[in-house]
Amino acid sequence: MKSEIKKIIKLFKDKKGALISILQEVQKKYGYLSSEAISALAEELKISENEIYGVATFYTQFKFTKPGNHQVKVCLGTACHVRGGHGIMETVERQLNIKHGETTKDSQFSLERVACMGCCALAPVMVVDNDIFGKITSTKVKNILNDYNRNGGKKQ
Amino acid sequence: MNFNSRRSKALKKWDDLKVRKGIIIYVGAASCGRAAGCDAVTAVINKYLTENNLKADIIEVGCIGLCCFEPMIYIQKDGNPPICYANLNPKIIPALFEDVLQKGDVRKDLALGVIDKKGYGSIPSIYERPMLKPQVRIVLRNCGIIDPTDIDHYLARNGYLGINKALQMKPEEVIKEVKKSGIRGRGGAGFPTGMKWEFCRNAKSEPKYLVCNADEGDPGAFMNRSLLEGDPHAVLEGMLIAAYAIGAPHGYIYIREEYPLAIERLKKAILQMQEYNILGEKILDSDFSFDIEIKKGAGAFVCGEETALLASLMGKRGMPMPRPPFPATSGVWGKPTVINNVETLGTIATIIREGWKWYSGYGSETAKGTKTFSLVGKIKRTGLIEVPLGTKIRDIVYEIGGGVLNDKKFKAVQTGGPSGGCIPASKMDLGVDYETLTSAGAIMGSGGLIVMDEETCMVDIAHYFLTFTQEESCGKCTPCRIGTRRMLEILEKIKSGKGEERDIELLEYLASTVKNASLCGLGQTAPNPVITTLRYFIDEYEEHIKNKRCPALVCKDLITFNIDAEKCIGCGICKKNCPAEAISGETKKAHVIDLNKCIKCGICYQICPVEGKAVYKTSGGSS
Ligand SMILES: Cc1cc2nc3c(=O)[nH]c(=O)nc-3n(C[C@H](O)[C@H](O)[C@H](O)COP(=O)(O)O)c2cc1C
Ligand code: FES
Repeated sequence: MKSEIKKIIKLFKDKKGALISILQEVQKKYGYLSSEAISALAEELKISENEIYGVATFYTQFKFTKPGNHQVKVCLGTACHVRGGHGIMETVERQLNIKHGETTKDSQFSLERVACMGCCALAPVMVVDNDIFGKITSTKVKNILNDYNRNGGKKQ
Repeated sequence: MNFNSRRSKALKKWDDLKVRKGIIIYVGAASCGRAAGCDAVTAVINKYLTENNLKADIIEVGCIGLCCFEPMIYIQKDGNPPICYANLNPKIIPALFEDVLQKGDVRKDLALGVIDKKGYGSIPSIYERPMLKPQVRIVLRNCGIIDPTDIDHYLARNGYLGINKALQMKPEEVIKEVKKSGIRGRGGAGFPTGMKWEFCRNAKSEPKYLVCNADEGDPGAFMNRSLLEGDPHAVLEGMLIAAYAIGAPHGYIYIREEYPLAIERLKKAILQMQEYNILGEKILDSDFSFDIEIKKGAGAFVCGEETALLASLMGKRGMPMPRPPFPATSGVWGKPTVINNVETLGTIATIIREGWKWYSGYGSETAKGTKTFSLVGKIKRTGLIEVPLGTKIRDIVYEIGGGVLNDKKFKAVQTGGPSGGCIPASKMDLGVDYETLTSAGAIMGSGGLIVMDEETCMVDIAHYFLTFTQEESCGKCTPCRIGTRRMLEILEKIKSGKGEERDIELLEYLASTVKNASLCGLGQTAPNPVITTLRYFIDEYEEHIKNKRCPALVCKDLITFNIDAEKCIGCGICKKNCPAEAISGETKKAHVIDLNKCIKCGICYQICPVEGKAVYKTSGGSS
């Protein structure tokens, strides 16, 4: 891991104030910021772990536990809220049997809420990994999640 | 190759494209198009073309703003103007293509319009559609028209003529031109752009910096995303002009990570600019050099606020700072910095190219030019629109938006995101500009317009926004951190039917404290949704408090779901889909909901297939 982290830091060698960008790259590679990754970063960047945690915990993007194979995000932005986003969230929570912020026992899915994906015209919206789904209904939720479950990761 | 020959080459390429023999298919492939399923449509198109041995060029374009008609494609055949087909699905494609490409039938029934000022044959111009006709497209002029990944398309549409002209002017002259145009910041606060540039230019410290604010944090707003995805060069050209005017050699784009496609488009556009000598050292052979770095946000709403953005840009926690000093004197690394919104910058090139006079011909007395809005919520035609400032809310909702979804009663429109407010239907004749909306208690904000109907509960909306701001409060100052929390608790009480009469007074008191005492714009504006709903919809609060009733039938603790035995046809769909197994009944006989088991998820209400719905909601003893 150390050599990987060195590589990432090198990408931002001459850039001032690159800590957030570095953390983003680390998270992209490992899916989350593990405590090993953070100590390696602290050592390489010659700053304290506290400093890194201080910055990282401010931002909702950073995760400190391993997420599921698929990341489900339900939009609760204003447009989605008035068009029933909360109902969608509840349906997903029931379907996966977890609350938002959690990961299923089989590590298949983790669930988050987001405040606007910028597709408000197609509200309510949900996102699985990099696929955005618009005009979601409770019935559609089931089919979408099943697709990901069945195909072991690939949407059809 | 110099600029003029690049431009001539691009013009020729564009003209050739427009008259080319053969088939060209333009696909609306912005994020909204993708969410609506354009990928599946494209896949079927490719399959059809292969199976029928047809050759066609497929060009991905941005969003023309008619989001409710996605997925959409335009088909251009043998140099005739492209015809737009809307609301497509993979099943329709083979028949559509068969008719249009092989049988010469333009399928008027599926055509939305011709992508041209004029119509073609029996199909009218798309700009004659009610959704587009009242619009004035200046910022969005290229969105959905050009291939955003091809700099030549942008060049052919008079792109980079603005910077070319600016470089022949003195920076002070550029600033003067922008000042005279009357353009004000599109990011929310509406500060005059030219003046901001002047402060920065006059600041005595080097180097200077330019930052493009692409954080677009307001939920329900996507104007900046669409522009960056559909016409990235317009924003980048604006950055060049701004940087030249203030004398900045470095620029940053701070963009939220939720916009991966926009980031990709920007990266590609920057590479093309470098290749064309429009970015980097000695731009267009002048003495002006400029570079741009993209910084991704990490999911914090407050980072849209300029001082918090600066902290985040420098790799720190995104905490706001008291102003002054303003960024124009002390910004990135303590140096003079201009921070402008995506749309502000996206407008600049056109202003320089066409002149301030032309631009200020649009708009109202105090607000010149046009503004983009994301028109969403309970409205028939959702999408991205651009209208002259001062356009009446009524015209936006009814003419452009086609009125309220399912012909329900129009209740309010929310502007300005979590910092904004709700303007009631009775004030529909107000024009949208900075001062008018502020005097109505809302703000213009960045441009989200969320339409609400009789089924939207205003207490719930106030609660919704407070939940948002309370979570996004960075915690640095007490009024915002604790005040928003207390307000939220009161709203929760009212929503759940436990409200007391003195709560309204308490809410008003807290709202004014948080507004006056908070450090940054987030806290200072967070009470606005509460203040405006109290001002215009006090009766709804009182219904919740006194009669324990939610008139819009939204607040869960105050409503019950029932089935009308007269209307129920006993199809069993609700029973099958009820997650709580609360519905019983035999096939073809009226069903009933066991209120003790019902979790009020509302699924039965949504899916009841009976016309006029057999499932109904009641609150406080009346429906
Ligand atoms: C809480 C808060 C959030 C903001 N979010 C944004 C944003 O997402 N995008 C933006 O351009 N401006 C945002 N602003 C306004 C910026 O602070 C700043 O005024 C703006 O970027 C200046 O650009 P302009 O003059 O071109 O409008 C926000 C302000 C506050 C107080
Ligand atoms: S509010 Fe859900 S995508 Fe914007």
